[in-house]
Amino acid sequence: MIIAERKPLAEIVEMTRNHENILVLGCRGCVTVCSAGGEREVELLASLIRLGAKKEGRKITVQEGVLVRQCDKEYVDSLDSWKNGYDAIVSMACGVGVNFIANLRPSTMVYPGVNTTFFGGSQDQGVWTEQCAGCGNCVLHLTGGLCPVARCAKSLMNGPCGGSQNGKCEIHSEVDCIWQMIHDRLERLDRKEQMLEVAPIRDWRTAGHGGPRKTTRDDLTV
Amino acid sequence: MSDFTPTIRAFCCHYTSQQTCAEGPEGLKQDGFPENVSLFRVPCTGKLQVSTLLQAFEDEVDGVYVVGCPAESCHNVKGSQRAAKRVAAVKKALEELGVEPDRIAMYHMERGFHPEFIAAAQQMDKTITKLGPSPLKGEAA
Ligand code: SF4
Ligand code: SF4
Repeated sequence: MIIAERKPLAEIVEMTRNHENILVLGCRGCVTVCSAGGEREVELLASLIRLGAKKEGRKITVQEGVLVRQCDKEYVDSLDSWKNGYDAIVSMACGVGVNFIANLRPSTMVYPGVNTTFFGGSQDQGVWTEQCAGCGNCVLHLTGGLCPVARCAKSLMNGPCGGSQNGKCEIHSEVDCIWQMIHDRLERLDRKEQMLEVAPIRDWRTAGHGGPRKTTRDDLTV
Repeated sequence: MSDFTPTIRAFCCHYTSQQTCAEGPEGLKQDGFPENVSLFRVPCTGKLQVSTLLQAFEDEVDGVYVVGCPAESCHNVKGSQRAAKRVAAVKKALEELGVEPDRIAMYHMERGFHPEFIAAAQQMDKTITKLGPSPLKGEAA
């Protein structure tokens, strides 16, 4: 899922300072699962914005809402049926949601309520770690299912770099060297010789280095 | 400052407040439980959400505290540990708002420990009286 975390309150208060009627808008997708921008977090942020304004003696109305997703036109369109007016939205969805609102609602001011951090999974309750970088040309079949793009500090395709110590990365000593893990896993699976294959220089255009990416599925378009 | 009486909201679990509350409001008063502390009993403090604690500040109280079981021997296993984490989250939020984090506190105590229950209320009353009215009432601006 996409992992996000709430922006510092001071930043949100600052960006919304000139608005008197804000809609704090959550999303029931990834940000609900990672407890960054679901219904509960919307309730909290709305409360904090109200308290912050009150402390400064500013009048503000903060409404709360949650969409099924903010990355689909039909759900963003449902904002049209919002009964009460608002002069800005603080979106607690990932950056995709903020962009979608900006794309689809030309005259609505929208602000990000969270920092979108990475694609990851829940390692323990309350702990998430990055697992994939969306590079657009997956190599996991060569690396035992462990991603060197996202999980090696240098995104090496022919690791390890030689700096790992005791299985830990030389850049972050608390993080496992993913190439050590790839090696150990391939060895366990009796596929150690895969390590000897030299990966060619990669074409990173699929990873966004060639500009914004787009996927079109003919079978789904009418 | 001397004529300021804070409004304080206390949330306590059924177990820690059982004996105290059996005495009724009159008994509590006689024992020295401050009248400006309003008690909200919940089945378990683990049930308290951060939003419930923040709501108290939105309702313009000056201080909030939570009384739950000892961290390692909660009647509901981890209820009071959860409550302590949520109190800590509100402390952090108060700091973010530029408000004294001591306006909220967590107490852990054995069930039915009557004098300590009263002492916590008195201590909180003292702390909040010293801090003065909550800036979140919006009166300062
Ligand atoms: S190789 Fe690319 S697509 Fe595959 S997991 Fe890593 S970043 Fe994601
Ligand atoms: S130590 Fe391992 S994970 Fe760290 S940069 Fe080198 S190869 Fe990558």
